[in-house]
Amino acid sequence: MHSFAYRLNTLLTFSLLLLAVLCGAASFLDAFNSPLAASSSHVQASAQVLKVNRFRRQLNGADEVGLTFNVSLDVQPLFTWNTKQVFVFLAAEYETPKNALNQISLWDHIILDKDQAKFQTKVTTKYPLIDQGSNLRGRKVDLILHWHVMPKTGRMIRDKLHLSDFHLPEAYT
Amino acid sequence: MGWVAQRMDSIPSSQIRRVLTQIVSLGVIVTSALIIWKGVTCVTGSESPVVVVLSGSMEPGFKRGDILFLQMNKDPIRAGEIVVFNVDGREIPIVHRVITVHERHGTGEVQILTKGDNNYDDDRVLYARGQLWLEQHHIMGRAVGFLPYLGWVTIIMTEKPIIKYLVIGALGLLIITSKE
Repeated sequence: MHSFAYRLNTLLTFSLLLLAVLCGAASFLDAFNSPLAASSSHVQASAQVLKVNRFRRQLNGADEVGLTFNVSLDVQPLFTWNTKQVFVFLAAEYETPKNALNQISLWDHIILDKDQAKFQTKVTTKYPLIDQGSNLRGRKVDLILHWHVMPKTGRMIRDKLHLSDFHLPEAYT
Repeated sequence: MGWVAQRMDSIPSSQIRRVLTQIVSLGVIVTSALIIWKGVTCVTGSESPVVVVLSGSMEPGFKRGDILFLQMNKDPIRAGEIVVFNVDGREIPIVHRVITVHERHGTGEVQILTKGDNNYDDDRVLYARGQLWLEQHHIMGRAVGFLPYLGWVTIIMTEKPIIKYLVIGALGLLIITSKE
């Protein structure tokens, strides 16, 4: 009845069950915290375009833009005991006659620690802003900060904050 | 024929009943596993609601051996989401982050570009030859939840099939012998 295999089986089943319950509890407790974490009023951020480094039409007819901008952000309130990392990125969002929404990530950053979650920096676009046509001259573009909180275990949370908008130049450089 | 009948008679009926009970309990275990699997598929709307991360392309967020829970619904796909997608001509689905979205007027049709957090370049090199964008039908689901380490069980089992057969054999033996 109480053979070695039987005990091993019980032990294994119980430990797996315990792990599942703990992970479930972690996600459940996070749910109490997430309204706070997801609320954009707790995240402080701003971004301004300093310079248009490059603005041209590619050979295939698509507009391409390279920018330099100032970013300052404070996402410290997003960190809890169950936070592994916060992935932040700055996206350009705009509408064109062809597309209802164009959403293009310009710059991203991984924050692993709460101490590094508040900073100000000058960055250039990590990924160029490339349109699906030549619709960018004079276009109004919204700069939006998105964040994606990855937990040690459980549910992932994401939200965004509109930072500023700017108009691209009327002529290519 | 008479020999078989004689043999059958020599087995006590209680023993037949015990064998039948074991077969039934084995069947219950298999069917309940199937019910759970299909039930989760129904609830999440994704054909494979659980995937195991196989590569380090999303580190430090996801490591090899982590388990992701997927969901598939009508919400449009947006930049920043982590999606699981299939590329024509590739068997293994890929888990990466959406960095660009173009959504058409009216139809809501989307064209998506993805990238692994830990990769230097975007995923166009991984797509089929000449493919520039992913579309809705390539997407298997979006990652909504995360469980570390447990995926190692399946990784070990697929890479060392002997262990898989040992485990299955041992479990089968346990189920058959553990009754009463």
